[in-house]
Amino acid sequence: MSGSSTHRPDGRPRVVVTGVGAVTPAGPDAATTLEAILAGRPSAVPITTWDTEGHPVRFAAEITSFDPAPTIEPRDARRIDRVSQFGIVAAQEALTHAGLAGDGADPDGIDRSRVAVVIGSGVGGILTLEDQIEVRVTKGVNRVGPLLIPMMMSNATAGLVALRHGFHGSAFSVATACASGVDSIGHAADMIRAGRADVVVAGGSEASITPTAMAAFARMGALSTRNDDPASASRPFDRARDGFVMGEGAGIVVLESAEHAARRGATVLGELAGYGSTCDAHHITAPDPDGAGAIASMQQALADAGLAPSGIGHVNAHGTSTPLNDAAESAAMVKVFGRHGPPVTSTKGVTGHLVGATGAVEAIVGLLCARAGTVPPVANLSDPDVDPGVDLVRDTSRAIAVGPVLSNSFGFGGHNASLVLVPTDG
Amino acid sequence: MERSEIIDAVYDACVEVLKVDKSTLTEATSFADDLDADSLALVEVVMELEEKFDLRIPEDELDGVTTIGAAADVVAAHIDTAA
Repeated sequence: MSGSSTHRPDGRPRVVVTGVGAVTPAGPDAATTLEAILAGRPSAVPITTWDTEGHPVRFAAEITSFDPAPTIEPRDARRIDRVSQFGIVAAQEALTHAGLAGDGADPDGIDRSRVAVVIGSGVGGILTLEDQIEVRVTKGVNRVGPLLIPMMMSNATAGLVALRHGFHGSAFSVATACASGVDSIGHAADMIRAGRADVVVAGGSEASITPTAMAAFARMGALSTRNDDPASASRPFDRARDGFVMGEGAGIVVLESAEHAARRGATVLGELAGYGSTCDAHHITAPDPDGAGAIASMQQALADAGLAPSGIGHVNAHGTSTPLNDAAESAAMVKVFGRHGPPVTSTKGVTGHLVGATGAVEAIVGLLCARAGTVPPVANLSDPDVDPGVDLVRDTSRAIAVGPVLSNSFGFGGHNASLVLVPTDG
Repeated sequence: MERSEIIDAVYDACVEVLKVDKSTLTEATSFADDLDADSLALVEVVMELEEKFDLRIPEDELDGVTTIGAAADVVAAHIDTAA
């Protein structure tokens, strides 16, 4: 690869990761989440926050002990939807990690007009929306709260993170359903490459374990109905899989131009080297069985990173545990990597499917694993039924050489998005 | 209804919405200056009171309401009307 330490071969700025943060069903931060994923410890549990009587699916990968304090004051918390609370807390972790939390009198000294925020979500504040619709129906229009709109709008998390940290660059949400997290990070990288920002706080957030959303996903046939054994329900690539397990949470990264990171002496975790994004234009929910869009997405990301398929150390697959996704994605991976490709994992066996947050969390986990030279096992995988050319990691984590990771996310709407992250030495 | 009862209800609404310490509140407490409450928070406080007293207070009646005492006056007028 030519280019310099700060600029790509195409002359545009290199984009590096200098901080990560996550709030997931597997843990309240990135490190704890990674630990649970490496241990293959599933996090799905029976839903306790609302009455599941009569529901076909009565479990989820719920975050059962989330406390927005101390990051968010109780007074603020009641006017911020859960989806944004997750995003704000994960962003705080990532910014602290990057040394940019700005506690006190702006000690970081960065130009805040050059900091952008791109945080995606599949559906935004649907919990508040559902509550307020019930209020309107049962109590009347005059009881609908004045905060519904700022709590439900899908750009709320980006706006709130910018507000809390005084970041005055562009702030917006990217919505590509379950690919939102990856597309947010990809667009964030593009903004740095285009010179529109020095730093972008990017990722995804989701909190859609609501009675109506769960009923609707169940009605689509998308969810596992393994109510008697939630822990074994999310089983990517396994013959006995019967749908995905709804999760929730947020994943946030701090992206930065390599030059900006070097100038302030930041610790660089890796380079966001490649981004690919395509649309199947095949069906609004079903993946194209030929996987053409997924193949193109992975190939775009590889080309963007200047890497051959053989340059990838491992793949963090979308691997939702739905029969359709896992078969189509497996076929696509064989097309891209051949029958002797890199080891593949899906971390959704542990975390469930975090919808708009999933790609961001998996990019974080993928990068941390790539740095550590380890690939987590696919939890609950005992009898793979997909193309045996896909080298699925089973039972325990596998040691690999430190090297680039490719992470996939696909979303309803036909969206395919892939990232390539290259760990930095040291 | 005693005015003190209405004042107490406004205090409770402020505690619920703004998470403030009830013992710090007086009739002269300003929503904006003392409690850092924006207009949306004031609407929420009034909604708590509407719920408690089963009232409907039009938004335009909140124009010029800046203190706890003034909010209590608006509520009291509606309770009189309802009685």
